[in-house]
Amino acid sequence: TCEAEAARAAMGGSASLLPRELLGEYQELTFLSKQEILLAYKRFSELLPKEERENACSARVPKSQILTLPELRANPFQHRICRVFSTSDSGDDSMSFEDFLDMLSVFSDSATSDIKSHYAFRIFDFDDDGTLDRKDLEKLVNCLTGQGKESRLSNAEMEQLIRNILEESDIDKDGTINLSEFQHVVSRSPDFTRYGGLQR
Amino acid sequence: EVFLPEEPRPAAPVDFLQELPSYQSALRRRAAAGGTQERRAAPQSSAGLRAAEARGPEQEGGELAARPARECPLTIAEKRRLRDCQQADIKYISGWKQWKRTSSKSLKKVLSEVRELFSYLELWRRDIHSIEGKFGTGIQSYFSFLRFLVLLNFIIFILMFSFVTLPSIISEYGIFNSSFAKISPKNIEPHCTVYKPSGNMGLVYFYTYLKDLLSGTGFLEVTSLFYGYYTIDAAWLSILRYNLPLAYLLATFAYLALSLLWIIKRSVEGFKQNLVHDEDQFQSYCNKVFAGWDFCITDPHAARLKHRSLQYELQTDLEEERLKRKIADRTMKEKLRIYSLRIFINIIVIAVLSGCFYSIYRATVFSQENSNVSIGHDVTNLLVQYLPSIVITLANFIAPQIFSFLIRFEDYSPAFEIRLTLMRCVFVRLANIGVLLFSLWSQISYCATDECKACGYNYELYPCWESEVGQEMYKLMIFDFIIILAGTLFVDFPRKLLVTYCSCKPVQWCGLQEFGISDNVLEIIYGQTICWIGTFFSPLLPAIATIKYFFIFYIKKISLIHTCKPAARPIRASSSNFFFLVVLLIGLVLAFIPLGISIAHIPSSKACGPFRSFNTSWAVVPDTILGFPTGLQQVLHGIASEAFAVPFFMVICLIMFYFIALAGAHKRVVEQLREQLVMVRFDPLFCTPKV
Repeated sequence: TCEAEAARAAMGGSASLLPRELLGEYQELTFLSKQEILLAYKRFSELLPKEERENACSARVPKSQILTLPELRANPFQHRICRVFSTSDSGDDSMSFEDFLDMLSVFSDSATSDIKSHYAFRIFDFDDDGTLDRKDLEKLVNCLTGQGKESRLSNAEMEQLIRNILEESDIDKDGTINLSEFQHVVSRSPDFTRYGGLQR
Repeated sequence: EVFLPEEPRPAAPVDFLQELPSYQSALRRRAAAGGTQERRAAPQSSAGLRAAEARGPEQEGGELAARPARECPLTIAEKRRLRDCQQADIKYISGWKQWKRTSSKSLKKVLSEVRELFSYLELWRRDIHSIEGKFGTGIQSYFSFLRFLVLLNFIIFILMFSFVTLPSIISEYGIFNSSFAKISPKNIEPHCTVYKPSGNMGLVYFYTYLKDLLSGTGFLEVTSLFYGYYTIDAAWLSILRYNLPLAYLLATFAYLALSLLWIIKRSVEGFKQNLVHDEDQFQSYCNKVFAGWDFCITDPHAARLKHRSLQYELQTDLEEERLKRKIADRTMKEKLRIYSLRIFINIIVIAVLSGCFYSIYRATVFSQENSNVSIGHDVTNLLVQYLPSIVITLANFIAPQIFSFLIRFEDYSPAFEIRLTLMRCVFVRLANIGVLLFSLWSQISYCATDECKACGYNYELYPCWESEVGQEMYKLMIFDFIIILAGTLFVDFPRKLLVTYCSCKPVQWCGLQEFGISDNVLEIIYGQTICWIGTFFSPLLPAIATIKYFFIFYIKKISLIHTCKPAARPIRASSSNFFFLVVLLIGLVLAFIPLGISIAHIPSSKACGPFRSFNTSWAVVPDTILGFPTGLQQVLHGIASEAFAVPFFMVICLIMFYFIALAGAHKRVVEQLREQLVMVRFDPLFCTPKV
């Protein structure tokens, strides 16, 4: 466990590496390979201030630090990603090492499309109500086209687009997309599995 | 918790779709075979951790259909608890099942380690990753495609080398106590068998070597690069007899079949998507919106470009939809005008194509007539030899410009415009090679005298015509490589320097060039088609192709990083992968035609090559079959006869009709189920209060 590891590191002052059982456990519980987990550990400790690096396992990194990662820096869904993967009780969207691993695991190439679509749904669900309604879709499209005023679609175009999306994916015609419909539509989307990958 | 777990509903909407007849019958078959009740778990979203735990202790006797913990969308701490739960259940299972479970787990671990090891061996992995990060997946698919071609050519080279070149060389030099046998052809006129290649003539000027290297004549003609070298009829290794002519022919068929299977295997994914979902833009909006963001982008500048391109793409699609509605409202008079305009423009296109073909034909005839006469300087001689290549390259450059200009008048929707122009360009490039070969053959089989007719081909000018064709393909390949190199050095880099250091308006308006994916892909597919056609006439050509594509990768990569700006109009990776492979497949099929005609129709040259003693190259196969035992001969004759072919064809047709009918029936069921889903929403029996 993390506490034992921290104690060992404090005693021996050895380089902060993951112990083998922890490494093996993470390999079993995520889709990452051994190399990827070690690399993730290195990157995670770099986000921490120097004093906390020994306890990297149990430390929490504030959201502002996480957003400096190159993959998230340019990502329009950065805030949603932090919110979805963070297990912080205080609601400040800070991430522990295990949350970080979870995030990398979902975005890795070997994650199943089931997992990817489940988390994609949660990321796109801006109001966290369990369905994608018109407001969620509108915010999603605005995220995609950019933040500036001139990069948004006009109201008429947005209406037309949302109508088309609902026509294609809303099976029970209730005006919202629930998880099953989302997973169904995304499983047949040729670009989804390719684009879901985060590289190191 | 962010996501509140819902109560497992009696039938979630997507389960209705799992009641398709085919799925149900597959389930029943699985249950009957395994003797277990495996109900495929609905996505775990509808059951939180507590439900999973509740399910755990229930399944004591039967096979646990539980998913491994990492496939559940939970946090790591929760997954740990789930896994401990699952392991606790193992105690309730018999020893045999326990052993099966642990062995499958360790097998999966070993497989993943092996896969990780192999990923390190992948060629150019890091280069392609960095390109993906900076330029997106559209351009990355071009480089992956290039890597695929390098590997394909390398494998073809290994195939031809080990089955054709290596036995020849081994038996010729008597290594491993081998020997060879050359059977002199019987019933052949002696004048057909005269072949004196110039070869190495002792002391010559250095530039003669260079000229020979560029045009495949002289010292290169007698090496194992070309068909004429392989004159051995059989090689003996102690008591084993190696039939070289048969091996040559079979290796040719083998590399064609290998290319076909490999391309089909790679395109199967994209093919499925495009075939099933081709009915009017099915799901294209969902695909663009839900899968639109390229998570590989790390550069903020690239991200801004991606935003803009997504906005552009969405707006174009919406505009196209509005345009389609407008088109549907067209009056009769307008339709007539547009159709007559389109017919007229297509006639112009055909005229342009005929112009190209005719100029290639004339250039080839001119080149063949004048290259044997050493007129004037060697450089002019070289130019005359390269004339067909030059004309083809010019045609490949000019024709697409004309097409993209003409298509504006045809008033198609933008997406269809792009596709039609691309198809026309593809056709021009591939047909040019065909015209070149056709003009070569017309020269080769042109027979005026009786002696010539006795041989079947023009024995005076082309004593070894396969080597000639091989040389033409070799020249095409070399010239293609030179053009790509020259294009990068003399067009891309000066343009970049001009744009960086000169600030006058027209230069800045031109700007840096974009990396035109389709143009570059057509270029390398053109080169690959030449390689496929040429390998029969020049067995070591794939090696040259491998080296050529290897260097092109680095040239294109450097050109991309230093001189290109990202494209304003993106091409999606999924559709582009499928498109590249379809065009490659067209190239391969078009390569079958000239090869088929050469092998089966045109008489093989009697003065050189492994097929001297046969009428055509194909004749070695019936000859070998005659040497088989009579039973096998009869079986083979039966398979090739009409008595087998016609019933076989009818059975294939029946199977195809069956699958079409099945697909139609499934479609109807899906429609009915969709309607039922809409009605279910209002049925109070199924309604559950949403949280």
